[in-house]
Amino acid sequence: MAEVTLIEGIRQAMDEELARDERVFIVGEDVGPRGGVFRATEGLYEKYGGSRVVDSPLAELSIVGMGIGAALYGLRPICEIQFADFIHPAFNQIVNEAAKMCYRSNGAWTVPMVIRAPYGGGIGGGLYHSQSVEAFFTHVPGLKVVVPSNPRDAKGLLKSAVRDPNPVIYFEPKKGYRLIKGELPEEDDLLVPIGQASISRQGKDLSVFAYGMMHYYTLQAAEIVAEEGIDVEVVDLRTLLPIDEQTILKSVEKTGKALIVYEGNLTGGYGAEISAILAEKAFVSLDAPIRRLAGPDVPAAPFSHPLQDWFMLDVSKIAAGIRSMAEY
Amino acid sequence: MVNRTKSKRVAGELMDKDTMLDLYHEMVLVRRLEEAFETLYQEGKIGGFLHLYIGQEAVGSGVIGARQPQDRVITAYRDHGIAISCGIDPKSIVAELFGKEAGTSKGRGGSMHLGNTDLNFWGGHAIVGAHMPLATGMAMADKYRGSDAVTICLFGDGATNGGYFHEALNLSMVWDLPILWVCENNQYGMGTAVERASAVTEIRQKAEGYGMPNERVDGMDILKVYEATSKNLDLVRKNGPFFLELMTYRFRGHSIGDPERYREKEEIDMWRKDDPIGIFRKHLLSTNGLTDAVLDNIEAKAQSEIEEAIKFAEASADPSLDSLFDYVYVD
Repeated sequence: MAEVTLIEGIRQAMDEELARDERVFIVGEDVGPRGGVFRATEGLYEKYGGSRVVDSPLAELSIVGMGIGAALYGLRPICEIQFADFIHPAFNQIVNEAAKMCYRSNGAWTVPMVIRAPYGGGIGGGLYHSQSVEAFFTHVPGLKVVVPSNPRDAKGLLKSAVRDPNPVIYFEPKKGYRLIKGELPEEDDLLVPIGQASISRQGKDLSVFAYGMMHYYTLQAAEIVAEEGIDVEVVDLRTLLPIDEQTILKSVEKTGKALIVYEGNLTGGYGAEISAILAEKAFVSLDAPIRRLAGPDVPAAPFSHPLQDWFMLDVSKIAAGIRSMAEY
Repeated sequence: MVNRTKSKRVAGELMDKDTMLDLYHEMVLVRRLEEAFETLYQEGKIGGFLHLYIGQEAVGSGVIGARQPQDRVITAYRDHGIAISCGIDPKSIVAELFGKEAGTSKGRGGSMHLGNTDLNFWGGHAIVGAHMPLATGMAMADKYRGSDAVTICLFGDGATNGGYFHEALNLSMVWDLPILWVCENNQYGMGTAVERASAVTEIRQKAEGYGMPNERVDGMDILKVYEATSKNLDLVRKNGPFFLELMTYRFRGHSIGDPERYREKEEIDMWRKDDPIGIFRKHLLSTNGLTDAVLDNIEAKAQSEIEEAIKFAEASADPSLDSLFDYVYVD
């Protein structure tokens, strides 16, 4: 077992999938000789050439639209959107074309494609390089939405996404690219199934549901409050669409309390859906009101560092949220 | 029904007599289909939105008549005529507009979303211009796989004022993709005349901006459309993208229920003198030794095919409600 960073897991997944299947190619802005703005595709251009690691114009709707066309015709594109904030020009292509193609054609046309997009704040990126946009897409049947929180899942989920016959949006916690490290088993073909949450910490007092960067912080917060005698169960959602309801419900049936932590804006965010599922299907198990700990309802994370810190959730804010929930 | 994928066109060759008769039949079939849809809509037998191709038949039949079987076709929402030209049976088209199980997508898509993979027809698409980036992907996939297929992407003049168009044209040139861009310039983007919406009224000039070879051709004369398409498909196979602007006119409104306040009756009458079916008929009678009887026969045949198709669709079953959740995802 070797310890690697989260972004190395992503890079390895693409390397292995490019080697495994000639239909796989990468397209995006500066993914070629530059190796991607975050270096996720480093070395792949040199290894696989410019016809499989393709630099595109700075034109997101084209990156995605072209990917859909190629996927319809049986290729397996990995489209990189440089920042999740830049995905909006491609919104129509994702929501109206990729997500609906199979349904409108009664199964005749499929779009086996991955859209990778680094998301999230805390890196001083300001309003247009910090957004968490997953809730826009988890509202869209026909799409799958995945967010890894550690190198193993990053690799295994991305490899599964490349092989999935449906369009998969794969959001990468960019603050965690090099901050989050973990063991990577030396399996030949590490696959993590899409659609399954994982219990990353067993506990009995309350359940915390999180994903991506917030999951990383939540695990740390859980260790801090453990010293105070609060035994937290942490559920890493990993796949946001389709939702793994069973794992979520089972955890709350056990602990009786649910805190949902997500970085996007509170209102209409992904946590609202988890909350609704629990209210509808786990009401009798609940010993406390469901709570959401989320980004504040302002248009985006401000640039100024003090303001950014105020906007962002962190370990101590999550620990405080856990304590107040435990006291209930 | 002509199966266009069986076409054995020799590169650069002009239409032979049999092809002409096939295409005459096809254009009449499209016209009768669209007239029938107009009536069926007014009778309340089909609903939703309906965009008729009447007046533009020479474009679809001429362009697709000239393709090779491996060439892909993708178009916008005015797609009934294109679907017929690609070889889709009118029965499944009428059934689709009736929302029936026997429709092209079992009633899922309706009027604007016809398609058939086997016939290499990749759909009508409802969002203006949004299919153009998809065309670049299909062409990229052909290039990636070393196929000699060309993607034929049709769109209206209205689509050329939006971002999709410009990104797609640019990408096709930068990546040297095998695409024939076909602008069906029917002079109006919905109810807004070209000169009120486009900075240049000669749409082909936009291709100049991307260094793309281009041509503007009379889209009411199928012989000219066919010839230009044949020639330029061969160029695309050798050299990459080409932009073909076909000047045409829709005789009906943008969609059913369009009060057409934006154009004068005189203008419509003027264009109707250039009816593409009339032009083709005149040509067939004057240069190919054909008689009115032969052509009338073809017209009668087309009429009865459409009547058959309507009977078929009316007798078809509705899709089962259980199928609602099918194909949200594929396994």
